[in-house]
Amino acid sequence: MREFKGRVVTPGTVTAEAVVTHEGFNTLASLQKALQFGDKTVTVGDQNNKDLYGKSILGKALCLPQTIGSTTGGMVLYCACAMERVPACLLFSNHIDSLAAAGAILADVWLDNISMPVVDCLGDEFLEYVKDGMKVTIKDDGVVVVE
Amino acid sequence: MMKLTDEQQAILDGAQGETLAKVMKTLVMYGEAFGAEKMVPVTSEYNHLVTSFGLKMLGPVYDLMNQLLEADAVSKQKFSVDPRPLDPKVPANFLQKLIFNKFMYSKQDFYEDQLNKLGLMEKDAFTCACYMDEVGNLPKKGEVLSWAESSAVVYANSVLGARCNRNSGIMDIMGSVLGYVPYFGLLTDEGRKASWIIEIKTEKKPEAQLLGSAIGMKVMEDVPYIVGLDKWIGTELDDAACSYLKDFGAATASNGAVGLYHIENLTPEAVESGKDLIKENAQVYVIDDAELERVKNNYPVIWKNKDAKPKLCFMGCPHMTLEQLKTWTERVEAGLKEAGNSKVVIPTVFTTAPAVLKEFEQTEYAERLKKTGVIVSYICPLMYMNNPLCAKMPVITSSNKLRTYTTSRYYTDDEILVQITKGGK
Repeated sequence: MREFKGRVVTPGTVTAEAVVTHEGFNTLASLQKALQFGDKTVTVGDQNNKDLYGKSILGKALCLPQTIGSTTGGMVLYCACAMERVPACLLFSNHIDSLAAAGAILADVWLDNISMPVVDCLGDEFLEYVKDGMKVTIKDDGVVVVE
Repeated sequence: MMKLTDEQQAILDGAQGETLAKVMKTLVMYGEAFGAEKMVPVTSEYNHLVTSFGLKMLGPVYDLMNQLLEADAVSKQKFSVDPRPLDPKVPANFLQKLIFNKFMYSKQDFYEDQLNKLGLMEKDAFTCACYMDEVGNLPKKGEVLSWAESSAVVYANSVLGARCNRNSGIMDIMGSVLGYVPYFGLLTDEGRKASWIIEIKTEKKPEAQLLGSAIGMKVMEDVPYIVGLDKWIGTELDDAACSYLKDFGAATASNGAVGLYHIENLTPEAVESGKDLIKENAQVYVIDDAELERVKNNYPVIWKNKDAKPKLCFMGCPHMTLEQLKTWTERVEAGLKEAGNSKVVIPTVFTTAPAVLKEFEQTEYAERLKKTGVIVSYICPLMYMNNPLCAKMPVITSSNKLRTYTTSRYYTDDEILVQITKGGK
């Protein structure tokens, strides 16, 4: 078990199973199927992401360096939140990027009763340590416990 | 913590209504996530929005737009928006048309009505390349923008010297409605400095879409300072160089997350400040022909049958310039002549802005291109491809952005020309 200290971008506490990518998470390419074609398992459709392609991220703790790609990214994430087709939380090893921040903040401000806690700045060591299937818990102060 | 002016604090406290307070709260949180200490005014004449498509499943976006309209929280800026997702001129079978019109984009008319009420520049201001002269959304150097659309943002920052962060869809309209954006990242002098030096050491002119892809995947969201490219595309921002940079930038932004690049002796800030733009301890990435070949060979081909005969070819993601339409007319004619064919052998669609299309149709090239069988459309090929039926089609493209987001297969411009004029014979 190890603890990592990050920064809270949007608040909340949750425990979920980790799914990990060491490459940038392309929000549009990854979530298109879930948004447009009713894929309720939220299976990642980004052919370039070898860590996540074909895996379900619904209700998981998505551990990632950053998001990349089209600037529809934040809007896509916002819609996915409204439709409850999102990971349980987002855990960034790096500083959050502007697209993911937009999606998470828009959901936090404009949607009622939706919670997708986001913590960033967890460090490279976090992403090296956490593996698919590990149990991840976010605490109030941005502390993330991986076991 | 963000320091707000009295007027901005009053808006946050609800003095101008609950909706505008939420807009302000969104932008304050956005700024605080990036250490912004203040808001700065948006100074461009026009805004540009990324969300152009009336997808049935984007209901939450339309609800939010409605909240803005009902509260009269609309911008003083008019705006352009990304391309329309549908055009009857683009080939589609009965089933595809049914899916497009009845299931996917059934909210298109509704959403376009919302866009008109929110301040669309003019009824056909639908293009990802809004900065083309014919479209007229051309910000000046130093102006602050609240744009989204990754390819437009990277072009505005790099080629025009405007200042804009890689804003997301919806965040684009928030900044415009408020008239302020948080001051961080690519708006600041420090944020515009390069942490990568890219040395171009190719023996021939690098393919714009391939070079952009290689750089994007290497530097991700960082700013690259590119040395040696002026040897191939010159030191003047003429039509050919701007077309090249449009395609190059789109690939850096979609294959990575680049929002600004500097090209030595060419882009405005590089011309002005040169190597002073490079941060201490910048990393170096050397690109030669072998490296570009390695990057290209690494792209996955996700067609079920990798040897399938292509059924459609898309060129123009981002939308083609007038110069590209003319050049490609000549290239297709020459290719067909050499192959002994009179029309393209794969259905081919060139995409461009409605305003450029209008201009192109005034030239003799339009009739010449029509004779080759190539269709010119204002569609967004990405939106066309984003459904299971089209995803199963073997589609080829020279756009690295289209490759990234769809099942289409990437070929260089020269390879595409052979495919559409000779059929890969």
